[in-house]
Amino acid sequence: MYVADSRSTPAAPAARLTTGRRSAVAPTVLALGAVSLITDVSSEMVTAVLPLYLVTGLGLSPLGFGLLDGVYNGFSALVRLVGGHLADRGGRHKAVAVFGYGLSAVCKPLLLVAGSLPVIGAVLAADRTGKGLRTAPRDAMISLASAPEARGRAFGVHRAMDTAGALLGPLVAFLILRQAVDGYDAVFTVSFCVAAVGVLVLVLFVPARAAGPERAPGAPRASLKAALALLGEREVRRLALCALLLGLATVSDSFVYLLLQRRLDVPDRWFALLPLGTAAAFLLLAVPLGRLADRVGRWQVFLGGHAALLCAYALLLPGWRGAALPYVVLALHGLFYAATDGVLMAAAAGAVPAELRSSGLALIQTGQASARFVCSIAFGAAWTAWGDRTALGTAAAALALCAAGAVLLRPADPARTDGGTLA
Amino acid sequence: MTLRNKLIVLVTALLVLAGVATASVLHAASREDRKNQVQADGPPVRGGQVSLAPDSARRIVFRNMAWGPHRDELATVPAADPAGPRTASGVKCLRFYAAAGTGVCLQAERGAVRDGYRAVILDADLKERAHYGLPGIPTRARVSPSGHLAAWTVFVGGDSYAGTNFSTRTAILDTRTGALTRTLEDFAIERDGHPYHASDVNFWGVTFADDQHFYATMATAKKTYLVRGDLAARKVTTLRTNLECPSLSPDGTRIAFKKRVAGLPADAPWHLYVLDLATMRETALAEPRSVDDQLVWQDDRTVVYSLPGDYGADLYSLPADGTGGPRRLLTAGLAPAYLG
Repeated sequence: MYVADSRSTPAAPAARLTTGRRSAVAPTVLALGAVSLITDVSSEMVTAVLPLYLVTGLGLSPLGFGLLDGVYNGFSALVRLVGGHLADRGGRHKAVAVFGYGLSAVCKPLLLVAGSLPVIGAVLAADRTGKGLRTAPRDAMISLASAPEARGRAFGVHRAMDTAGALLGPLVAFLILRQAVDGYDAVFTVSFCVAAVGVLVLVLFVPARAAGPERAPGAPRASLKAALALLGEREVRRLALCALLLGLATVSDSFVYLLLQRRLDVPDRWFALLPLGTAAAFLLLAVPLGRLADRVGRWQVFLGGHAALLCAYALLLPGWRGAALPYVVLALHGLFYAATDGVLMAAAAGAVPAELRSSGLALIQTGQASARFVCSIAFGAAWTAWGDRTALGTAAAALALCAAGAVLLRPADPARTDGGTLA
Repeated sequence: MTLRNKLIVLVTALLVLAGVATASVLHAASREDRKNQVQADGPPVRGGQVSLAPDSARRIVFRNMAWGPHRDELATVPAADPAGPRTASGVKCLRFYAAAGTGVCLQAERGAVRDGYRAVILDADLKERAHYGLPGIPTRARVSPSGHLAAWTVFVGGDSYAGTNFSTRTAILDTRTGALTRTLEDFAIERDGHPYHASDVNFWGVTFADDQHFYATMATAKKTYLVRGDLAARKVTTLRTNLECPSLSPDGTRIAFKKRVAGLPADAPWHLYVLDLATMRETALAEPRSVDDQLVWQDDRTVVYSLPGDYGADLYSLPADGTGGPRRLLTAGLAPAYLG
């Protein structure tokens, strides 16, 4: 990949964009990708060793404690919206992002002194609060630094870097435990050091003024009212509705892995590695699908991703037990993420004016996350009522229905419209 | 700030943070090295022959946690002199249990990327008969009184997809045929007289009555149950709620267990009880501390369990009728089983 000179300001890449010539991904996007990569190494280090730490380090039975229960899901939705709104007020995307990344970073050393489950639960909640706060401003900065017609690719590059960090994190953690058995304090300390590097890269290499020059006359002023008024915009409403609809039929990852093991008889020793399969496919496909979304339309790719998920459900339904089947399901699952996660943000950026970019993205992310949460509750209830196979069949039917609904709603192709970029 | 200055700041910070990170890893590694040196005040441990065969002299076999070259190895002491010199076997286990000359040892195995775990079935001479890969971190192990069946429980979790939710998997193995029930979640469940299934069902802490029947904890919808299981019928039936880690007395009449008691702090929620299966009456045991373990019956009158100690865990014994109080049985030990 051609990496642009990081000294150049992230001025309108549109100026460099001529049809038929490949443009570089904006340096701001690469810097944010690096921040995400580094931060994910740090947070996945902790995630990977946490159960080991609780069980062997502290001698606890973490079962039934519900470290973070469902109430937190509602709270994190609120945090995301707050983060989005604060970032838009006065174009403080970077400040809010620095606060979010910083909050998560300081949580790491706190784990060293948290010796009981309730305290560890509280630290993890603070960590996730930081994550919730920074997500929308970060995605807004990515979209504002990229030309409208190259946003899919920009988000693809960012998501690929992010996932690379998620894959590296557990590796680093287990390397440390290899050097020092029971060295959980070392894992948490190194995790903090890595997180601090992430914050530093953000502070040093991501320009603060992502929102371009002065507000254009007549452009909406960032306020709560204006953010809510976004839902009155036809385009935003359609996108949010589609994300919501499809989210309602998106079964959570943990269920997918559980079903994979139960229905396809994946050997026990591989169970912990299943999420890595999804992540690897996501990593490999994020950039190509982002580019494809730029070319053929984000909306088509977004729907196509859900079609891949539907195929994954379908493969889990019958009683086949082919040796290759788990790989195919994981590849489809990763493809689903690669075709939807960043692509939805690229599409949403086209529907939301620059001044309200963070709020708008937060709104759509929250709608999608809440819908998925509702789906996981409903799926659990369906499992209890009818068993896993019927529950999965119902989810597949619901997904097909929601997809049909989304096709009917069909937002205009955001690749050809633009809600504003850097002037 | 110019790019040059930014890079200077970044490199300086990188050097400082890399120093801190390296120091913390080295510190943790040297602490581990210390654990391989014998402590002056620790119990004497020497390597030797360990047999699981029930012989005339009663012995306790357990995971020795005393610092030194035999740390984490299976060791035995005479039951009459638990604080006396230990004989270590050279076999390392995280969790262990044995009965009638069959042992089940849950141990870590180094993988290329991350450590895995396996259950190893041992014969009376601690020779491996078979091993099975485990999907998570070992927490409980048991063998049926005849030595024919083994059961183990692991924690599964620690992936971002699971968030902070943990689940358990409990497997039962017939050591004679190699028939493995990978997870009790495949069994039919009868809850309060009705068939029941749910995605959030978890089982842990099997205790065997004989080669067909067992008791275990089942958790679902934020409640825990004592279940009685039938291996042949592949079915479990709930008996009562709020009961974890059952342990059946040698005479089969009572179950020792831990129970969540309202009003105790969230990080120490359990109290020990014994349930009489004939009358279904519970007796609180005289242990004021919160115990997170599956108890072991020393005989029909006494239970043994572990509590956190200076070297990881110490073992305590306690009358099973609610009288008396806890006595320290031995220091730096975990996962005991009585032989003979």
